[in-house]
Amino acid sequence: MTDITYVRPSLVEARPAPRSTTGVLAWLQKNLFATPTDAVLTLFGALFLLWAVPPLVNFVFINAVGINGTVEECRVETAGACWAYVWSEMEFFIYGFYDMSELWRPNIVFALGAALLIPLLIPKVPFKRTNALLLLIVFPVISYYLLAGGVFGLKPMPTEKWGGLLVTLIISAVGIIVSFPLGIILALGRQSKMPVIKMLCIGFIELVRAVPLITILFMASIMLPLFMPQGTTVDKLLRALVGVTLFSAAYVAEIVRGGLQAIPRGQYEAAASLGLSYWKQMYFIILPQALKHVIPGIVNNAIALFKDTSLVYIVGMKDLLEAVKTKNDTALEWQSGNTATTGYLFAAAVFWMFCFSMSRYSMFMERRLNTGYKR
Amino acid sequence: MTTREMGHDAAPRVSFFNDPVIRGIIYQVVVAVILIGFIFWIVGNTAANLAAQNKTNGFDFLWKTAGFDISFALLPWSRASYYWEALLVGITNTLLVAFIGIVFATMLGFTIGVARLSSNFIVARLAAVYIETIRNIPLLLQLFFWYFAVLKTMPAVRQSIALPFDSFINQRGIMVPRPTPDQEFGWVMVAIVVALIVAGVIGGWAARIRTRTGRYPVQIVWPGKLADAVVTFLVAFVALVVLLGVVFPIASFVPVSAIVAAAVALGSLTRYAAIAKAALTFFVAFVLCNALLGFMFSWVPSLMVSLISALIALVLGQVVYSNTANRPPSDARFPLALLVLIIVGVPALVYWLTGATLAFEVPVLERFNFKGGLQLPPEFVALAFGLTIYTASFIAETVRAGIQAVNRGQTEAAQSLGLKDGDRLRLVIVPQAMRVIIPPLTSQYLNLTKNSSLGAAIGYPELFNVFGGTSISQSGRAIECMAIIMVVYLTFSLITSAIMNWYNARVRLVER
Repeated sequence: MTDITYVRPSLVEARPAPRSTTGVLAWLQKNLFATPTDAVLTLFGALFLLWAVPPLVNFVFINAVGINGTVEECRVETAGACWAYVWSEMEFFIYGFYDMSELWRPNIVFALGAALLIPLLIPKVPFKRTNALLLLIVFPVISYYLLAGGVFGLKPMPTEKWGGLLVTLIISAVGIIVSFPLGIILALGRQSKMPVIKMLCIGFIELVRAVPLITILFMASIMLPLFMPQGTTVDKLLRALVGVTLFSAAYVAEIVRGGLQAIPRGQYEAAASLGLSYWKQMYFIILPQALKHVIPGIVNNAIALFKDTSLVYIVGMKDLLEAVKTKNDTALEWQSGNTATTGYLFAAAVFWMFCFSMSRYSMFMERRLNTGYKR
Repeated sequence: MTTREMGHDAAPRVSFFNDPVIRGIIYQVVVAVILIGFIFWIVGNTAANLAAQNKTNGFDFLWKTAGFDISFALLPWSRASYYWEALLVGITNTLLVAFIGIVFATMLGFTIGVARLSSNFIVARLAAVYIETIRNIPLLLQLFFWYFAVLKTMPAVRQSIALPFDSFINQRGIMVPRPTPDQEFGWVMVAIVVALIVAGVIGGWAARIRTRTGRYPVQIVWPGKLADAVVTFLVAFVALVVLLGVVFPIASFVPVSAIVAAAVALGSLTRYAAIAKAALTFFVAFVLCNALLGFMFSWVPSLMVSLISALIALVLGQVVYSNTANRPPSDARFPLALLVLIIVGVPALVYWLTGATLAFEVPVLERFNFKGGLQLPPEFVALAFGLTIYTASFIAETVRAGIQAVNRGQTEAAQSLGLKDGDRLRLVIVPQAMRVIIPPLTSQYLNLTKNSSLGAAIGYPELFNVFGGTSISQSGRAIECMAIIMVVYLTFSLITSAIMNWYNARVRLVER
């Protein structure tokens, strides 16, 4: 045997990528100036940013009156956003007319909610079942008695006094949570083989989805008292809750139906052949698979519902948007050219923060659950 | 004998209560009884409540005089009108704002959806920021912002801000010129319809021949070239008149413009077409950029603006030059200019021949208010604007999802066939993406229509505001009014889903 000298015993060192494909210049060339048309678009985009961003930054930060400012500073011609106004009305925006001395009660509710919700959202934290039970069953009871009072010597606090972000969060949380089981039942009913139940569910779902939320809320707030026996009074907040929940349930039902339809027939047949009863089939076999498919849809619905809670303004509820608008219109001591704009900016920022984090979380869950299917 | 054939057995007898069929019937009967009982309970309660409040019921109020004002109505409306007329006013107002919102939201949404997928970093980021900002803020809040924080803080009538085309904006809304067509103008409308049909027929015929033979028929190609020259002339003429008249004020610029435009048009017929087209693009782009940038950066010296505009126009001209130089032979190009010429030219000809006039009644500022013109109330402007901006962000996401749903292999296949980027999109990607886009797009249209009910919160007299708010408080027939409103929205929804089902059945992939 002779040594083969013309075959290298080791691999050639990998050469660095060509200069023209790495570095800042290559990135610019690829992403901003790939073609002449691209260059023009980039130029237009840059000009637009140049036109739009400085005035915006000026308004929100540089010329803005800080949280310690005074109304005189806000009334100056060149002043930007009046953050002092938002800061001084912050308690109203968050709690509404809730008694100043009792603010620790909603604060505890907020803190407890966050403490129970955050571990539930982080996949690695254990005790999910206990956590969920605490959040969904124990927490609402505790918060109701804390907020409404009247027991354990707590000062009674009628729901008319609740307001601001507190009410927005209550309505959306109750709507999201209660509409979920309702929606599942409606979706199962729509798939049912019993014609009466099927028609009822279809009728309810299609009717609710066809009309705007305002009409449902209006029905709940004006008509619900009419439907009740004489002398019954239904709490205003409860009316809004009923409306929002029923509305959301119809949408959840359609989302869940999508998940149910995505389950192969074999799963239903396999479950039936095991001799499981209908509810056991659903609970152990079908729903766990179906719900996993529809998590993004459910979260999107939650986002939509969170935004839609602002509509309770129209039936006279005092949510965050109503609080901001009321102060914009009536806080005469803060009247200035930019007060209203600042107030709406603040409300928009709060809503945006909640919705954006929900949508990011949904994307995160989607990625986590979809790992097996990615191309 | 007791032997029985297999398979003819009755099902093994189970106890009566465990038979699924009987169980199903029992369940349904129970549900039906509970439901009927519940309805009776509600009806009874309602009747008792209404009787206690001394209220009557029934739909007879529709034929009674309404007796309230509606601030904005397309149909004739007075305080003496009937309730059913109020219903019609509400429906038309809803449909008007929904229609305008749908048209603009579609245009904006498609643009942003495509921009979101652009390979250009800045464009894609801008689109993403738009989408993520707008769709995470409640629509009602946005409407309040546009209405209370923007339109209501506009200057008073005396200090109205002038917009282009004799329009003005102030606290009371936007004033635009009102078109006042005379009787002969009806013929022009007829001509527009006829021209549209003719253009459609010609275009369809040409496309069919092209599909069969590979090239457009000669009867189309030559008129098409001629029309191309005419359109080129007209565009060049207008651009030059503006350019020379505004940027370099010279006394006798019209004849000069005509001569230069004619030269460009003639040039576009010869083998110097690329240069002629590039020059034309330069003119038009420069005029447009100059106006736009001048408006955006009024604090920058105009020379600077002109220089940047010239730079942009130069690049665009170069793009058009290389495209025109490399374009396919004329019998392989769609005769777009011919169709444009038919659609614009025939009505213009009729307009000139019949001596019709389309005068515009311009709004004029008098002592206290504007006289003449068409006044778009701020409620309408805010609602249309808010709905457009909000829905566009959802349409953009729909469009993006649709384009991304097209298998990547399709793009690669189109590229390997040698299709250019534009053709690849137009012939391969978009037709497949539309199949995915259209159903959610329709539901966005329906959402927009339902969301127009938020106009009630800023006082736009749409269906809910007119018939749910004012009519209920005037007539006291809450149940009847709400029922009618729900039926109207339900009808919108059912019509849309009927159209959608028809469309889905039509475009469904026919597989083996």
